[in-house]
Amino acid sequence: MLVSLYRYNPETDSAPYMQDVEVDIPEGKDLMVLDVLNLIKERDSSMAYRRSCREGVCGSDGMNMNGTNGLACITPMSQVVKKNKLVLRPLPGLPVIRDLVVDMSLFYKQYEKVMPYLVNDTPAPAIERLQTPEDREKLDGLYECILCACCSTACPSFWWNPDKFIGPSGLLQAYRFLADSRDTAQAERLSNLDDPFSVFRCRGIMNCVSVCPKGLNPTKAIGHIRNLLLQRAT
Amino acid sequence: MVSSVTNLGRSGVFDWLIQRVTAYVLALYTLFLLGFMVFSDVNYETWAALFSQTWFRIFTLLALLSIGAHAWVGLWTVTTDYIKAMAPRFLIQALCGLTMFVYVIWGIQILWGL
Repeated sequence: MLVSLYRYNPETDSAPYMQDVEVDIPEGKDLMVLDVLNLIKERDSSMAYRRSCREGVCGSDGMNMNGTNGLACITPMSQVVKKNKLVLRPLPGLPVIRDLVVDMSLFYKQYEKVMPYLVNDTPAPAIERLQTPEDREKLDGLYECILCACCSTACPSFWWNPDKFIGPSGLLQAYRFLADSRDTAQAERLSNLDDPFSVFRCRGIMNCVSVCPKGLNPTKAIGHIRNLLLQRAT
Repeated sequence: MVSSVTNLGRSGVFDWLIQRVTAYVLALYTLFLLGFMVFSDVNYETWAALFSQTWFRIFTLLALLSIGAHAWVGLWTVTTDYIKAMAPRFLIQALCGLTMFVYVIWGIQILWGL
């Protein structure tokens, strides 16, 4: 099968290029895209990509497969291959370090902005801060994010303003702490988001929802943040 | 918090809310005019009679101001998305602002027949 790879080594290449590789896929097996990359790396060890847990938990191998972002380790070939061809590119919109490896600094900077930790200045109880099962339920669909960056790099608003728009991943995390009954910094969190870029650059096109490998819904979380901002300001 | 001084209000919620509210005004105005054209005989007399009523002049002015605000929020978003260099971006934003200002004042002149 034909696999077209995005190759770029800044030390030897003056510009990125696509390299076509013929790969023998074992009969009767539906390999994951990561398995195919591993087969390629066995032959050409200069091919660079990130991977770690190989089961969709660490979020290292986010990449663009035949035009759609996803995790290579949990994406079966049968799902992405079209016309017996697979095109692999790095996540769009972020600077490429080498081959399929991108520089995630901007993505993490946006994540850092939303204060992704519990803020509570009241004296800590002896054992732990308790939550009712109902309050805990509000965090479902939010805490599962693994920061693979598939959503934010599929978002045109993030492509155009990655330094100002927090992006779907960061906003999902922002709402995860806004919705936490144990957090006491809701007012401060909302004040940090009330500008024309951080939240409101979202135009609701839902690319984030369609690519999230964990099946999460950042657009819905962004809607909740907008409602909280609206309630506070009207 | 990202600071910005060229958007309509200083806050993101303000811009968002204004864009939604003005969209409703524009939709209502458009529907009304379409209804008027479908259900009444459109000629100089009926058209002039419609625009001679104060409530309709106010409604039209509201629609004009709504277009101004709605277009400012929208075009400001487009220019900050696609034009990265400060000088051309600010120039185009200023040009859009001037155009909208002229349209509103000109509209008032036409409506009240100064």
